[in-house]
Amino acid sequence: MTRDKVKNTITDKNAIEISGLKKSFDGGKDFVLNGVELNIPKSKITMIIGFSGTGKSVLMKHMLGLMKPTSGLIKVLGTDLSQMSERKLMKFRMKLGVMFQYSALFDDMTAIENAMFPLIEHRKDLTHDEVYSIASEKMKQSGLEPKHFDKLPSQMSGGMRKRAALARALALDPEIMLYDEPTTGLDPILTEMVDDLIYSTHYSRSGKTSVVVSHDLHAAFRIGDYVIMLNNGGVLMDGKPEDFISSKDPLVRKFVDTGIRKKDV
Amino acid sequence: MKNKILNSSAFFSFSKYLENKLSEVGRFAFFAKKALVSIFNPPSRWKEIFKYIDFVGNHSLGIILLTGTFSGLALTFQIWLGFNLFSAGDLVGPTVALAILRELGPVMTGLIISARAGGAMAAQIGTMRVSEQIDALEVIGVDPIQFLVSPRVVATTIATPLMCIIFDFLALVSSYYLSIHFLGLDEGGYWDKLSAWIEISYLVESIFKATVFGFFFGLYCTFSGYYTKGGARGVGLSTNKGVVTSMVMVIVLDYILSNFIRFYYLVTA
Repeated sequence: MTRDKVKNTITDKNAIEISGLKKSFDGGKDFVLNGVELNIPKSKITMIIGFSGTGKSVLMKHMLGLMKPTSGLIKVLGTDLSQMSERKLMKFRMKLGVMFQYSALFDDMTAIENAMFPLIEHRKDLTHDEVYSIASEKMKQSGLEPKHFDKLPSQMSGGMRKRAALARALALDPEIMLYDEPTTGLDPILTEMVDDLIYSTHYSRSGKTSVVVSHDLHAAFRIGDYVIMLNNGGVLMDGKPEDFISSKDPLVRKFVDTGIRKKDV
Repeated sequence: MKNKILNSSAFFSFSKYLENKLSEVGRFAFFAKKALVSIFNPPSRWKEIFKYIDFVGNHSLGIILLTGTFSGLALTFQIWLGFNLFSAGDLVGPTVALAILRELGPVMTGLIISARAGGAMAAQIGTMRVSEQIDALEVIGVDPIQFLVSPRVVATTIATPLMCIIFDFLALVSSYYLSIHFLGLDEGGYWDKLSAWIEISYLVESIFKATVFGFFFGLYCTFSGYYTKGGARGVGLSTNKGVVTSMVMVIVLDYILSNFIRFYYLVTA
């Protein structure tokens, strides 16, 4: 089921639609993304996988409107981000939540202050106590115990930082949650914990969409409903996880086989 | 032929350098405009502004206290050594006061605070850039320039002249004590000459210069940090660039402002 043979087969309404997306950082000599065409279905966990340097994180930054495409269309929840002004983008991003690769917690704020920050900025109708109560609820939902609420990011472990970052991303109850390489640099136990956290978070928020950018194939098979594989600045293959297992494409096979062997070891 | 190639490659390098510098000036102008407009955009950032005034002002107080006092002492002593040679000791007071108010006070304050607070601001924003905290702010729907840059620029613009007033005051008081109590100058003559030579406009000049310096280094150091690229090395480079450029520009701006003020006096006289 390679990209050449199958154009996106998802029939659900899409949360994100990308067509003809090209991105070059050197004035068009070299393209990191070269005509990406993909749809991300609503209410599902979509995994975007690929070898290192295939433009996964750049693609995610386009979905967030943090980067402007050289050409192409990016529709998020039906809105074209490439045409949006900076001011409108700022407002629109409230519908998106992101857990960054290295958590990106504000290092001069405690864990709870990080989770309260989006609410303080955007929910002026709430009192301080209400903000605290919502933020602590999100922290508990992310699995962070109250005894860690007042710790600064530098005083927390990698797993705790991930949980606090997830709580902050969930604070405004976003329509789409994006995870950028959420398990990079974590040990296997923490990796599984983060995967479980993504899974449980997704299914505790009915109707919401999750997008995970990762090179972890096992996570893709374990928690993903839909998988998109990038290669050479484009989509190599997209489909359900089982389609990847049965794929005959040599590059997909190489990725799948290496991933499975690594896990067996 | 070889010379021709060398010349053309040197020309190419120079034009590339010029192009880079010009594009940076353009980027800085765009950044400055955005930072200035953001000051007046809602929501107001008073909490951040007071936090950074405390950081730029209160935390610099110790250094200003020491440098102000000892600058006054050193300058007074050197001027007294010179003026004493031709029995003009009673001119020490006004000469020191003139030098402190019109040049040394604002310039020293600008240099000290740009090195201490400007460097810290460039490093902090640079670290936020490389650790994706600025991206996180954007994703949360908060304008990073409005949240990170504008309050810092307002804070340096307010705190630098305040620190300059303290510097001037301490330098003048230390100069007075040294002159009267240790160098044996006549107190009556000292005040007499001081009141005859020194005008309140010199203090205004001092405050005006410090305000411009504070605004400039606040803007440049945050600009330098905001566009940091790479990891720890990038943060180091942008901090270094922010501090060095700010310090050089304090001196350059001082000369430009001195001329501007002289021109203003000539026009309004």
